[in-house]
Amino acid sequence: MTAIESANFGVLAAIAAMAVATYAMRAGGFWMMQHVPPSARLRKMLEALPGSVIVAAVLPIVVRDGITAILAIGAAVIAMLLTRRDIVAVLTGMAVAAAARAAGL
Amino acid sequence: MSGTGSGSSKPPWTLTGFNLGMRLALPIMPGMIAFGLAVGATAARKGFSFIDSLLMNVVVYAGMSQLVAMEAWPERVTLGAMFALAVLGATVNARMLLMSAALYPWLGSSPPWRIYPTLHILADPSWLISMRYRSEGGSDAGVLLGSSVITAIGWIAASCVGYAGGMLIADVRRYGIDLVMPIFFAAMLIPLWRGSRRAIAWVVAGVVAVAVQQLAGGWWFIVAGAIAGSVVGGFLDDGD
Repeated sequence: MTAIESANFGVLAAIAAMAVATYAMRAGGFWMMQHVPPSARLRKMLEALPGSVIVAAVLPIVVRDGITAILAIGAAVIAMLLTRRDIVAVLTGMAVAAAARAAGL
Repeated sequence: MSGTGSGSSKPPWTLTGFNLGMRLALPIMPGMIAFGLAVGATAARKGFSFIDSLLMNVVVYAGMSQLVAMEAWPERVTLGAMFALAVLGATVNARMLLMSAALYPWLGSSPPWRIYPTLHILADPSWLISMRYRSEGGSDAGVLLGSSVITAIGWIAASCVGYAGGMLIADVRRYGIDLVMPIFFAAMLIPLWRGSRRAIAWVVAGVVAVAVQQLAGGWWFIVAGAIAGSVVGGFLDDGD
């Protein structure tokens, strides 16, 4: 890889371009909502969003990583169901992932 | 303080809420730190100066898009390259549009000088933590700020360590650290559960996301799945 010249105006400009685009996403959804009339349907759509984002982000990882991810995430969900404590769920999931990989899965 | 109405009352921004947000974010900190280490190490390997790397972490603050951008970084930054990097940032982070929209019913009546700076440090974990808190009847916007601040500080500090240390994190896989984010996210589904009828939306989101990822690749699968799930959620009647 070629080194990138530091303190180079081009690098700063590129970082600025990414920063503007990313902030436009972060603030844009909130801003747009001011201009959308509220409705019961819209409220239900937004309520369905957190779970939908989670499943849409996690399921492709499970499909890609296979058995280790299934075991780790399954164990974490069960731990969460039983204890209702996120930290227990995370530690359980990590332990299962580490064990599965140590076992060569 | 309760009520799930669409934000006619102004949400409070309290120190108590801020502290609660920080505490609620603790379980995800190992994942944020591992992620920050990886981004910092990548910046060092790719030849970015420490200052440029730190600047990018602070003003862009979106690790996945930064990793993709650094892999594709042009040797000379032309206007075309700047545009391409901006499009890449917008694409990888397009889910943020949906995420910040979902905050509006709760925080829409907050003063702009509070909410717009806070949105700059909105990240997936702090958003989820806050949406869960809100779905359980909470209304204190301090929770969003506190969980966002602690994840931002942890992630940026870790990226500095990663830049300096580089190879410390050679084997995140062995300890399952690479799976912390998906594990935490999946566990969050339990408190968000509102009956199997509502979960139809999640199933649709998952099927669409996997299909888009398999067929198209790229970065659109989260947004495609989230939109599909959200639309289905909007058309489900409140049967239960």
